Amino acid sequence: MNAPLRRSGVVILVLFGLLFANLNWVQFYKADEYRTHDYNSRVTVAEYETPRGVIEAGGTALAQNKTTDDELKYLRTYPEGKIYAPVLGYKPVIGGATGIESSENDFLSGASDKLFGDRLSSMFTGDNPGGGNVVLSLSTKAQEVAWKQMTNNQRGVTKGAAVAIDPSTGAIQAMVSMPSYDPNPLVSHDTEEAAKAYQKLANDEDDPLINRATGATLPPGSVFKVIVSAAALQNGYKTSSEIEAGSVYKEGGATIRNSEEEVCPGSQVTLKEALTESCNTGYARLGVALGADKVKDTAKAFGFEDDTLKVGDLDSGAGLTVAASRTGDIQNQDGSTDTAALAQSSLGQRDVRMTPLQGALMAATVANSGQQMRPYMVQKLLGPDRRTIYTAKPESLRDPVSSTVASDLKDMMVSVVENGTGTRAQINGLTVGGKTGTAQNAEGANPHGWFIGFAFDGDKPVSAVCVMLENVSGGHASAEAARIAGLIMKAAAGRGGD
Amino acid sequence: MSRIPTGWKTRRNAELGLLAFAMSIVAVFGATVEANQFDEIRMTSWIPAALVGILFLGLHVVVRFTAPFADPVLLPAVALINGIGVGFLRRLDLAKAIANKQPEPGIFAGTGGRQLAWTLASLILAAILLLVIRDHKIVSRYAYTLGLVGIVLVMIPAVLPSSISEVNGAKLWIRFGSFSIQPGEFAKLALVSFFAYYLVRKREVLSLASRRFLGIDLPRGRDLGPVVTVWLLSLLVLVFEKDLGTALLYFGLFVVTLYVATERASWLIIGLVLFFGGVYLAYLLGASVGGPFANFYDRAEVWLDPFARANYERVSGSSYQLVQGLLGLGSGGLFGAGPGAGSPGKVPEVRTDFIFAGLGEEIGLFGLTALLVCYLLIVERGLRAALAVRDSFGKLVAGGLAFTLGLQVFVILGGITGLIPLTGQTTPFLSAGGSSLMANWLLVAMLLRISDAARQPATGTGPDRAGPKKAPVQLHGAMTEVIKP
Repeated sequence: MNAPLRRSGVVILVLFGLLFANLNWVQFYKADEYRTHDYNSRVTVAEYETPRGVIEAGGTALAQNKTTDDELKYLRTYPEGKIYAPVLGYKPVIGGATGIESSENDFLSGASDKLFGDRLSSMFTGDNPGGGNVVLSLSTKAQEVAWKQMTNNQRGVTKGAAVAIDPSTGAIQAMVSMPSYDPNPLVSHDTEEAAKAYQKLANDEDDPLINRATGATLPPGSVFKVIVSAAALQNGYKTSSEIEAGSVYKEGGATIRNSEEEVCPGSQVTLKEALTESCNTGYARLGVALGADKVKDTAKAFGFEDDTLKVGDLDSGAGLTVAASRTGDIQNQDGSTDTAALAQSSLGQRDVRMTPLQGALMAATVANSGQQMRPYMVQKLLGPDRRTIYTAKPESLRDPVSSTVASDLKDMMVSVVENGTGTRAQINGLTVGGKTGTAQNAEGANPHGWFIGFAFDGDKPVSAVCVMLENVSGGHASAEAARIAGLIMKAAAGRGGD
Repeated sequence: MSRIPTGWKTRRNAELGLLAFAMSIVAVFGATVEANQFDEIRMTSWIPAALVGILFLGLHVVVRFTAPFADPVLLPAVALINGIGVGFLRRLDLAKAIANKQPEPGIFAGTGGRQLAWTLASLILAAILLLVIRDHKIVSRYAYTLGLVGIVLVMIPAVLPSSISEVNGAKLWIRFGSFSIQPGEFAKLALVSFFAYYLVRKREVLSLASRRFLGIDLPRGRDLGPVVTVWLLSLLVLVFEKDLGTALLYFGLFVVTLYVATERASWLIIGLVLFFGGVYLAYLLGASVGGPFANFYDRAEVWLDPFARANYERVSGSSYQLVQGLLGLGSGGLFGAGPGAGSPGKVPEVRTDFIFAGLGEEIGLFGLTALLVCYLLIVERGLRAALAVRDSFGKLVAGGLAFTLGLQVFVILGGITGLIPLTGQTTPFLSAGGSSLMANWLLVAMLLRISDAARQPATGTGPDRAGPKKAPVQLHGAMTEVIKP
């Protein structure tokens, strides 16, 4: 019986050899793949071994870390909660980050090439310094005012957004989206709790997880008249040019009326007066007179139809994705201009859709002599030791209009705030210009209230803003937006918030 | 010691030395765990290792008196694996207590503490076996009883309702509340003894070749009866206990004892063809008919592509465990994270089926290879005892037990490393659980007993011609009678 016993021993040897070979396959050949596999939560543990960089603005930490005594050593915390959540996003334990947490993830986690030197030196010193810090261009004062005024608005509106930009640099001064959310439960190390918190927000009908400032595209209403005005000024019109108006205008099945009887009832009105009073019939006729192509081209020159804009880091190009604003087709099925649609589109209705950021960019362009600066939010990148690695260099995004046209537009918009529909945006000591918008959106629904505008301190533009409130009840929807816009610009200009 | 003839080496001191070496590894393992978990090695860290060491020392003393010629490598090799198992389970308890901010579990609390208690119980059983069964041939007297007990033990979980016997899709358990036993672990001991006895009686009949076909000797049709019976039994196990590994284990152990007894390779070929044919048939039936075969088909599918999203996220029988085990092993890499420094808690069932994957993350490929070598040593030393022992029954029992142990290690380790479909076997001496530990220690005690007989100076051949007082002359006579039909 000994020969088969020996052979059995060989069989066992072969089986163990197979086990050994397979262990080599799993623990050596496939080791790297398994170590970094998506299903391997040890990757997460390693990620939390070192502190993630801080996100800050104006010396205030907006996203920071708390040491824990659980497996993941650092807990991400957002001390300002809802105020900055739509901008910062959040970095959850499971799943992808959002907002600046996502677009600056490499730098914050320390994996960025910009931090190569730090990683190299940590290999010798042994202590891991963690990720780099991101300094945002936001003005904490403007942001707080914007948040406070938006959430405590006098009309009880629950949805809306506000953006403020420095017109001469493109730096975002404030960005608020309402309703917002508390990001802290979403980054809980208890992943089940985090998933529950996320589900609750994701199921919320008001979409608190959406950043309305960059993501909501809504009919802009009369704010769009700034575009039509720019188109007219570029095509030979002067601010003093008389345009046709009247109380009613019928075009291709569409009937255009003014918001109130006393608005431009006469047959002629100057362009400046038409904008000041927000004369619907005048602008509808003006749009039809200019033609769809000119209106659409001007809108595009100001940034409509831009599918690629991101607002964040000028250096890497990463940032919050900005939804494209649209003018719509304005065409019949045979390709000819649908004049009824053109008349309505000239008033920012029909298929015209705009993001609040686009509104702020338009106001900023006018304030910056016709040059549109690329919007950004990442002002500085600091190493783990807080040495400056990068400082934003403002760059031009596009030149929609000449400085002459911009100057005329500025003149007209200042008239809106001084004599027309936007008077509630006035700020003591600053020259403020702007344009209101009240946009019909759905049958029976309250209109959206818009205001875009800018403020000059002497000759220097200090802030451009857009405020959007969804479904404002009680009439004069844009007046509340104008009031809030004024307060935000005042704070951004450093003229005291409250 | 008086019965040890002068001039014969018992190798007991070598065993003691190896045991001390094994225990020092266990102690270093425990200390490293503490260093990684608490950032300090406390004065109390040596207590669990010392307790384990005292237990094994106790068995060593029993072996010294009851089986003085036993193989000196078996006990230290098993002790090392058992000790590392206890240490690793205690390490999991410590990590859990730290995570839950609970006080550190006592020496006999938690899974590690229970395993320590089970080790004590197992060693007492092993010592009793060594003390009571002074000659392994005595076992053959109870062969039919053991055979019946074995089959009953195998069948119990299959006939019990799933609520009592099913864990993770395999029906291998009997559960009473929080307490559960795996009767199959004991069944293999009983079945090996029965097979050995049966085959010693039948070997001459079975080795009669009646026909040659394609160059191999095929047995006569009526002699195929028993092997077909056991084949059907193991396929029933596969279908009703839903476990390929257990089926492979029983069938493999029968075919190998058959092969060793008859020295006919044809049995091996028939066995392998029948088994793999049956498995493939079960797979095909699972794909088309489903029903009792579905579980096996699912396991095979999951095994073929564990990382596929569909397999990973399926509601029942998902590849989650397998994948997490593989990721643990891969994260460990060549050298491992170090005892106490990995995250074995991420691997499901890390205390039982997946303990090897959990260990692999911390001790790496090198550590696991060392463990594999320990298992290999135990199996090969068992086979060596079978080679050296003089009686056929002893050869078959030792060979069968050693081979079964090796096969079980292959089935579970192959399962968790993705080499073969995963089955619910315990890892001998490592996994938490009393049944497995006790059964395998009994197995080792039997191997110690047989290796003692193998290395003992035979009557009339050693330097001391008087020989042991209790020369089993009478039993030899009985065996001879048994062999001749």
